Amino acid sequence: MSTADPAQAVAAGGEPTEHPGSPPAAAVRMSGIVKRFPGVVANDGVDFAAALGEVHALLGENGAGKSTLSNILTGLYRPDEGRIELDGRAVHFDSPRDALAAGIGMVHQHFRLVPTFTVAENVALADPHGIGRRQVRHLRQELAAMGAHYGLAVDPDARVWQLSVGEQQRVELLKALHRGARVLILDEPTAVLTPQEADALFVTLRAMVAEGRTVVFISHKLHEVKAVSDRVTVLRHGRTVGTVDTASCTTTDLARLMVGRDVVFRRAERAHPVDPAAAPLMRVRGVSAVNHRGQPAVRQAGFELRPGEILGVAGVAGNGQRELAEAITGMRRPTAGSIEVGGSPVRLGSVRAAHAAGIAHVPEDRLHTGLAPSLSIASNVVLTAYRRPPASRGPFLDRGYIRRHATELMSRFDVRAPGPDTPVRLLSGGNVQKVLLGREFASDPKVLVAASPTRGLDVGAIETVRRLLVQAADEGRGVLLISEDLEEILALSDRVLVLYEGRIVGDVPAADATAERLGLLMGGGAVSRDVG
Amino acid sequence: MRSPLRFERRLRQPKWLSLAVPAGSLLAALVLGAVVLLVTGRNPLSTYHRILERAFASQSSLSGTLISATPLAFTGLCAAVAFRMGIINIGGEGQLFGGAILASWAGIALGDQPVWIVLVAMLAAGAVGGMTVALIAGVLRARFGANEIITTLMLNYIVAIFLDYLIFNSKSYWREPKSFGFPKGKQVGPAAFWSPITIGHTAIPRGFIVAVLAGVVVSVLYRTTRFGFEVAVIADSPGTARYAGMRTTRKIIAVMALSGALAGLGGASDVGDFRHVLDAKGLQLAGYGYTGIVVAALARLNPLGTVLVAVLIGGLTNAGYALQGPDFPSGLVGALQGLILFTAVAGEVLVRYRVRRAVPAPVSAAAAGPPTPPVRAGA
Repeated sequence: MSTADPAQAVAAGGEPTEHPGSPPAAAVRMSGIVKRFPGVVANDGVDFAAALGEVHALLGENGAGKSTLSNILTGLYRPDEGRIELDGRAVHFDSPRDALAAGIGMVHQHFRLVPTFTVAENVALADPHGIGRRQVRHLRQELAAMGAHYGLAVDPDARVWQLSVGEQQRVELLKALHRGARVLILDEPTAVLTPQEADALFVTLRAMVAEGRTVVFISHKLHEVKAVSDRVTVLRHGRTVGTVDTASCTTTDLARLMVGRDVVFRRAERAHPVDPAAAPLMRVRGVSAVNHRGQPAVRQAGFELRPGEILGVAGVAGNGQRELAEAITGMRRPTAGSIEVGGSPVRLGSVRAAHAAGIAHVPEDRLHTGLAPSLSIASNVVLTAYRRPPASRGPFLDRGYIRRHATELMSRFDVRAPGPDTPVRLLSGGNVQKVLLGREFASDPKVLVAASPTRGLDVGAIETVRRLLVQAADEGRGVLLISEDLEEILALSDRVLVLYEGRIVGDVPAADATAERLGLLMGGGAVSRDVG
Repeated sequence: MRSPLRFERRLRQPKWLSLAVPAGSLLAALVLGAVVLLVTGRNPLSTYHRILERAFASQSSLSGTLISATPLAFTGLCAAVAFRMGIINIGGEGQLFGGAILASWAGIALGDQPVWIVLVAMLAAGAVGGMTVALIAGVLRARFGANEIITTLMLNYIVAIFLDYLIFNSKSYWREPKSFGFPKGKQVGPAAFWSPITIGHTAIPRGFIVAVLAGVVVSVLYRTTRFGFEVAVIADSPGTARYAGMRTTRKIIAVMALSGALAGLGGASDVGDFRHVLDAKGLQLAGYGYTGIVVAALARLNPLGTVLVAVLIGGLTNAGYALQGPDFPSGLVGALQGLILFTAVAGEVLVRYRVRRAVPAPVSAAAAGPPTPPVRAGA
């Protein structure tokens, strides 16, 4: 701990333990792991040890080195330096196959399943000895038994494409168990799950460790780490900050360890209160829209957005949020209604018209709708501005201007990358979002429509993005914040609209907005998540 | 048995690799070719020397090489232009035929006009012919989402049959009415013969000059213009292009039109520079369209590179024609071309991945070795 300064202070409170409870022999021990990639040291002397029969969380921001470490443990990467021990014996893996044979299983964030195969066939495919068709029948019984035992019920004959995401994850777990994994690594397993599914997963994980398996749980969600793990190892900038007993620290302690400073999510301070008498910046009247299947998704939505206002749009996923955002930003033509910005009507169903009217859009799916991932940062920052001077003159682009503009935005928004020519797909989630926000802010919009702007980001990046949204409002812009994260809506909004089945069923001022009240409006299925 | 080599994906593809790998591939092909030559009892060095001589060394052979290269440059550009936007146009063949049909019509109809007028008219007619064929597939893709791989491939056959019909099964404008026996095309007028431009003893076909100009124009278009930027964005992420307000369907149609026009220019050059008739059988036997895809792929879709690769492949082809004989089997050049293609495709792997030896040294070395930094405090 010679280098980690603020962490040390925290760790003192949270019992940083080098020999935590001194477990006899760690099931997995990785020491001094170093892994370098061109231009980055992803792991810079990481130490990690997980005991038999525990859920051990690996916590860290995006880019802290969690994935690299797990890829080393599963044999995908070889460490440049360092030592791996299983049950006290040194091992080295030349390939994932070696790691599998040694009893290390991994459930990736993106599943490795054949969609057209049945559950049983997928498990058979993963069998180390290879299984013929006949044995698949025995396998089905085994799967049923395992499913009952661990709470991983899946129909062995169902085809994977028919399963929900949560069920597919169970198939991945069954695969690992069938292979006899003693150490199971789960990479952000709850990212794709509903809260109920996540709770069920936690029960399964407890059942697995109860029989002496070891679970390594990778996450950057504090409340989950708190809920499921016995101990936590925190990584920051490719180094181990410390290992703590989960019970002995709060989520705030964990956040501090992870980020290296205090992070508090509370009601954002605003420079200017919204003037209720000001003329609305944007007026949406009676807008209806259909979804991609042609079914009504937004019904008669109407609201006004004032200068300097952050208007939250809450709702359970799939209640018309996406369609509403697309209707306003011109990506989807409304079937009825009108939109005015600054008093003049906006031509509907045209992205360019929306842009010209001063509507900027931070889409939900950043990497596939907001950015061209293989193109450079420079190309991405002029994705909408390339049509006009100074980014282009006549039919020609001004590459020099574009690079200068990109470099300037990168320093203004603190985008960390080797240079403006770096492809966006090589950036971390937070930097990707900063590129996108930087571009949208640079167009000096009147209205900013932001859909789930912090989803999937780590704590530090969430803070940055929220600060930028508040700043936009303080500059007199209108911000429409569409999010399924109630806590975020509550932290930022001046006023909250609630969408339910495409209708605006509530319009609640910030002062009266509580998680309970909004949750009720969001419908019977709405779950208000308790954070911290 | 486990392979002693491991492949790791490269995070970044260094610039020098895109030159080094093709060069290395070529070298590897020559080495493999040497093995083939040795096995068949020939001296590889002298054989390569002869190929080099017959392809590029003498000025007259260079003329032959350029003749072989010209249609490949056009069909290569045709493929590259479309592939760059992720449109897999494999209809260069049919589009070249389309260009040849209209260009030969112009050549026959205007054959007694001033030379420059005929040249421009034939080029324009060729471009329109290729464009028309390509647009059938382009519009189907843009409007109805029809897979352009299938439609362009099918159109190759349709246009080929139409070509046969014009010459063999009808008394069309293109058919020579006075020929006896085997039907053939009508020769274009005297002004429609594109005389080559001679520098020293090397005759450069006018079509080749057009191809180089086309390569430059495409290169500038894709590198420096708003259009090229849109093409790059659409290729990478259609959803993002829509988000940015780019008109994707129009762009698909525009790129298909450009792609087809380039192949069509190749058809015009075939009539004006070389055959001077609509040669139904000759065009179909040549397979320019398909070789063009290979040329574009070897050039990694770079427009100027495509022209360069066309000259290399053209040189090999030309050497094959010139050397073919009792001591030089005709299959040899084909075998060499195949090897080059094979090594080039294999070389792509090296651009994307780095190869490492899977010796488990580093892990254990780190445990014992002094050069590693001391284990961090706290570890």
